Amino acid sequence: MDLLITILLDGLEFSSYLFIVAVGLTLIFGVMKILNVAHGSFYAWGAYAAAYLIGVVSNHGFTDLATMAMIPVAAIGVGVVLGAIIERTLLRHMYHLDEVIIVLATFATFLILEDTILLVFGVDPYFAYQPMAALGNVEIGGIGRLVYGLSMILLALAVAVSLWFALNRTRWGRLLKAVIHDREMASYLGINVSRVYIVTFVIGAMLGALGGAYVAPTVSVAPGFGVEVIVLSFAVVVIGGMGSIPGALIGAMVVGMARAIAVHQFPELELFVVYAVMAVVLVFRPEGLFAPAKARKI
Amino acid sequence: MSKTWQTTKHVALAAVAVSAVALAGAAQAKERISIAVPSFLSGPAAGPFGVPSRNGAELVIESINRGKLPAPYNTKGFAGAIADPIYVDESGGNTKQVAEYRNLVQKRNVDAVIGYISSGSCAALAPVVEELKRLTIFTVCGTPRVFEEASRTYIFRTMAHATADNVAAAHYVTTKFPEVNSYTGINQNYAWGQDSWRDFNLTMQNLKPGSKASAKLQFPKIFAGQYGSEISALSLDKSDLVHSSFWDGDLESFIFQGAVRGLFKKKKVVFTVGGTASYRLGKKMPDGIILGARGPYGVLVRDRKTALNEWFIKAYKDRYGVFPSGPAYQYGQGVLAAKIAYDNAAKAAGGFPNQDQVMKALTGLKFESFSTNVDMALAGGHQAITEHVYGLSKYNADTGEPGASDVVFFKGTCVMPPDGVKSVDWIKGGMKGAKC
Repeated sequence: MDLLITILLDGLEFSSYLFIVAVGLTLIFGVMKILNVAHGSFYAWGAYAAAYLIGVVSNHGFTDLATMAMIPVAAIGVGVVLGAIIERTLLRHMYHLDEVIIVLATFATFLILEDTILLVFGVDPYFAYQPMAALGNVEIGGIGRLVYGLSMILLALAVAVSLWFALNRTRWGRLLKAVIHDREMASYLGINVSRVYIVTFVIGAMLGALGGAYVAPTVSVAPGFGVEVIVLSFAVVVIGGMGSIPGALIGAMVVGMARAIAVHQFPELELFVVYAVMAVVLVFRPEGLFAPAKARKI
Repeated sequence: MSKTWQTTKHVALAAVAVSAVALAGAAQAKERISIAVPSFLSGPAAGPFGVPSRNGAELVIESINRGKLPAPYNTKGFAGAIADPIYVDESGGNTKQVAEYRNLVQKRNVDAVIGYISSGSCAALAPVVEELKRLTIFTVCGTPRVFEEASRTYIFRTMAHATADNVAAAHYVTTKFPEVNSYTGINQNYAWGQDSWRDFNLTMQNLKPGSKASAKLQFPKIFAGQYGSEISALSLDKSDLVHSSFWDGDLESFIFQGAVRGLFKKKKVVFTVGGTASYRLGKKMPDGIILGARGPYGVLVRDRKTALNEWFIKAYKDRYGVFPSGPAYQYGQGVLAAKIAYDNAAKAAGGFPNQDQVMKALTGLKFESFSTNVDMALAGGHQAITEHVYGLSKYNADTGEPGASDVVFFKGTCVMPPDGVKSVDWIKGGMKGAKC
């Protein structure tokens, strides 16, 4: 029983982390049709900004718990600044180009942002353990668990509910759906597509940065931080169906649980299992589990 | 006749002039040499490993250039020549390293290459070094395969290889913690992690027959960073002890996550490269972790009172503001070996030595380094053995500095195989010839 509980919680924690990052990626793809490789940099910048700010406020005498406030500050700051700059200065000039060209541009942006991290933060890793230490641990299933890790599950739920509400119960959500359905028609109907794009990109960037900022207290934040996550996020998005928010949720759950089962029962398969699951899904559902239906233009 | 004489005179003068220029050029070449120093300057390994490595090399090279090393190494330069270091980044993968090495040798024409941290880099470069025939001293990389897979002429390694780390770890565990009867492991999934686990497991079976290795070993990807599930699996595992050869940012992340979850209170944990984390984590490093530093380096030799060690610690701390960790020592040691070889070769040759003479002087060299004695005893005089050391992490609250307790030194001949014997064969064969 202990093993079952542990696998479930490990899987949920990892799924939550993946979902927060991957949902930003899929949101951007769903609305703007951009496969944003630079999303890994938002994650890394969010982690660095959070680690730096936590260190600063901690040195100014704030309690460990209070330093948690720096996590949303870092995520919003990075999302707004980097997201707006990239969308306004680079992507808006490329929407008429082939999707492959845009992918290459975001890859170049990713490389630039990775090097910028080295210039700004240096090569020494950052430690920002205060929030994790403040929440302590709790014994579940016979082993100690980080309360901070469990809180990530709540955060992911909050993100999922907020996005669902925003998309289905607000005017902005209806505008977004119109743009997703047909950009040109939405434009003709008077929707400011350019504004929808920048808002979407900034929110996507904020979600990527939030993933990094929330993970930062549990790890050594070091150069190259954003590389691993972008690969896993792509796997999640592909499994769930590109552009689908429920797909990102299910994809993250599938990947997280598969990995947790592998680590506990078949550790030799751990590296392989995520991509095996992705391959199986693609064999039976080439568009992913929840790919949105596409309107055919005549 | 007169015209012939004039022509002959001009030819002779020209020959003298050319010779003079050539000699002047040769003399100038003797005044300076260039040394490439590769280490991780970006990526997750830069902070814990690459930067201390570079700093260790920089400190020793500059001190040698100014003749400021303690005696007996206080002569100026490498056989009198000032060394110009070229620091290059080891990150980017093996293909990039091979291309960079070719660039250093064929385009920049360096006199020697001293460095490399990753076993992957060294394994990939070994055949290339032999092809390009340039003196190369591996300073940190641990895989025993470098000299076990082929005989090497141009490669030297000035510290012990990974077998020593894991054999010494097993010796420490079995003598200090006889109650440990079962063990598991978490190691990175590449040559370094797999070789480390293999050597530790085989040695435990030798030293403590009947002890049980877990069937559920963890081999996460290098630079994974998050180990929530792995820590859960290790916590649920019934084994008494966890073995890990984690290094770089992975080591620090694992310690952070494991400490808050109580892993280090629940299990004995041995980190074969844990010494690098001590200074960086400070009081966040839990007490009682079994620490290695890939030999007698860093926090484990902090109290060793030799002139060279005291100089190294003081000079490094004065310059960089932190205590030197293992990689700083190990790179400094490689540079020191090169200086001694150049100096000895110059004495034997009666002038500035060529590369063959330097390599001859380096082969089988025995010397006192900053924190230990080095004996280039294996692989035909190309592979060093040194003593090895393990201890328990212990934070000193009074001084506010990390340290170690229960430190035990092991002879190099106890933890490294004899010359000509492969590590695995040696351990499997009962470690015959070990002098403990």
